Amino acid sequence: MNTVVADITYRAMLGRKRIWLLILLPVALVALAALLRLFDGQDEQTAVTLMKSFAIGTMLPLLGLIAGTGVIAPEIEDGTIIHLLAKPISRPVIAVTKFVVAASLIAVFAAVSTYIAAYLLTGSESGVATGFTLGALFGGVAYAAVFLLLGVLTRHAVAVGVIYALVWEGVVGGYVPGARKFSIQQWALSLADHVSSSPFFSTEVTLGFAVPAMVIVTVGAVVWTGRRLRSLSITGDD
Amino acid sequence: MTTTSSPVTTRQGVIELTQVSRWYGNVVAVNDVTMTIGPGVTGLLGPNGAGKSTLLHMMAGFLAPSSGTATLDGRPIWHNHDVYRQIGLVPEKEAVYGFLTGWQFVLSSARLHGLPSPADAARRALDLVEMTAASDRRIETYSKGMRQRVKVAAALVHDPQVLLLDEPFNGMDPRQRLHLMDLVRRMGEEGRTILFSSHILEEVERVASHIEVLVAGRHAASGDYREIRRRMADRPHMFRVRSSDDRRLAAALIADPSSRAVSLTEQGVEVQVTDYARFTALLPKLARDLAVHLWQVSPTDEDLESVFSYLISGSSR
Repeated sequence: MNTVVADITYRAMLGRKRIWLLILLPVALVALAALLRLFDGQDEQTAVTLMKSFAIGTMLPLLGLIAGTGVIAPEIEDGTIIHLLAKPISRPVIAVTKFVVAASLIAVFAAVSTYIAAYLLTGSESGVATGFTLGALFGGVAYAAVFLLLGVLTRHAVAVGVIYALVWEGVVGGYVPGARKFSIQQWALSLADHVSSSPFFSTEVTLGFAVPAMVIVTVGAVVWTGRRLRSLSITGDD
Repeated sequence: MTTTSSPVTTRQGVIELTQVSRWYGNVVAVNDVTMTIGPGVTGLLGPNGAGKSTLLHMMAGFLAPSSGTATLDGRPIWHNHDVYRQIGLVPEKEAVYGFLTGWQFVLSSARLHGLPSPADAARRALDLVEMTAASDRRIETYSKGMRQRVKVAAALVHDPQVLLLDEPFNGMDPRQRLHLMDLVRRMGEEGRTILFSSHILEEVERVASHIEVLVAGRHAASGDYREIRRRMADRPHMFRVRSSDDRRLAAALIADPSSRAVSLTEQGVEVQVTDYARFTALLPKLARDLAVHLWQVSPTDEDLESVFSYLISGSSR
C-alpha cells in the first residue's frame, strides 16, 4: 500500500466527472426504496426483491466495473501510468493500492446505499439490511479485484466488463443452475442469505463454498494484477 | 591481521545494450543494436518510425527486449524497479495527471521516490525548469511546453544519475527550447548520463557531444557529432539547376570531376555531386564564364531520410 498512489487515484476517481457514475446508481437505489416505502410501507418481500435484482444484481457489478477498471484502465490508456511505474516502488504494491482504493469506493457507495435502502424498507427486520450490506460489501470487493485485473489485461476492459456483468452474472449466473456456483453475485447472495433470516429468499450456493471462492478470486485477481503490471509494456509512438 | 577497505561506491550510470532486438509480431522495430551510453549528453537521432522510442523504452524498463540484454551498471533493467532510483524518464506522451497542480505532481514524484525532504526537492526541481510561478495551476491549464517542463521537473526531482528524454523539445517555443537545451547540456557537464531522442539534426548537434543514429531499427552510426556531420557533408548530393542554357551548363559540369553524373530533364539539369565544396565554388564561376543565367539551384535530397539512408549504407560498408 502506497499512500501517494492512493492519493492520486482517489483524486482521479472523486475529483472529476467520474464521481457521478459512482453516485448515480446508489442514489437511484435509495430513491427507489424511499418511493416504495412511501407507497407500500415497510415490506420485507419488496425489500428482498429490490436488493436481489437491483442492489446485488445490477448496481454491484456496475459499480465494481466503474471502480475496478476506473482506478487503473484510464491511466494505462492515456499513458499516465508511466509516472507511477517509473518509480522505485514494486508493481505489486501499486496493484494492491489500486485495489484498496477500488474496494473502499465500493464499500462506501455500494454497501452504504444498500444498507440505507434495505433499512428504509425493512428496518432491522430479519437481518435483511445487514445481510445484503455484507453481501454487497464482500461481493463488491471481489468485483473490484476482478475488474481491476481486467483493466490491466485488456485495453477494452469496460466493454469486456459490461459483457461479463450482464451476460455471465446477469443471465448465466442467474438462470443456469450449474453456473451459479461461479458467480460473484450468487456468492454475495449466499452471504446475505446466511446472515438474514428472511423467508423470502434462499440461495443454492452454500456459505462454505461462497466465502472461500470470494477470497480466492479476490486474492488471485490482485496477485495476477501485480504480476501483469510488472510485465506491462509501454511503447512510444514509433 | 589483514584489513580490507570498503569498496568505493561510484555513480556510474552506464547503460549497455547488447545485441538488442525488439519485434512486434512480424514487424522488427529494433534490430540487433549494441551500444553503450555513458556520462555526458548523447543524442539518439533518427527519422520518425526509426525505433528510437522503442529503444528508449527498453532502456527505461518499459519494454522487454525480444532478444539481447539491456543493463544499467551491469544490472538488468527489465523487471527491476530499483533502477528508477538512478533513472529519470521524460516520456514523449503528453499525458500527465491534469487534475493535479504542477506542484502536486512534482511533489508526488518526490514522495514516490521516498526522498527525505520531498517539498525541498520539488521546489528545487520546479525552479530548475522555471516553473515555480505556474506551479499552483492545474496541469490541464498548461501549454504543451509547460507540461513538458513539469515532466522534466518530475523526472529530475530525485537528482538521477541517468536521464532519458523522448523527443523532449517537441512543442516547446524557441525560448523554452533554448532553456531546456542549456539545462540538458549543464547536467551532462556535471557527469550525468543523458540520452535524448530527436529526429532533428540541429537539436542533437546543439546539445549532444555524442550521437547514436538509428535508421529503420538498425544502429546506423555512432560517434562524435562532428564526425557524423562530416560524413553527411561527404555523401553524394543531388542538385537541380535551372538556367538560361541547360545543355551548355550540363556539358561544362560533366567535364569537372566534382560531378559524377549529369542529366538533362524537363525541370532542368540534375547533377549528382561527389565533391560538395568544389561543386558549390565551381557552379557560379562556370555560369559567369559561359554567360549562362542561373534561375534556380536546389538540393533535391536534403531530407533527413536520404541523409540517414546514406549513413546506413556507409556504416555497412
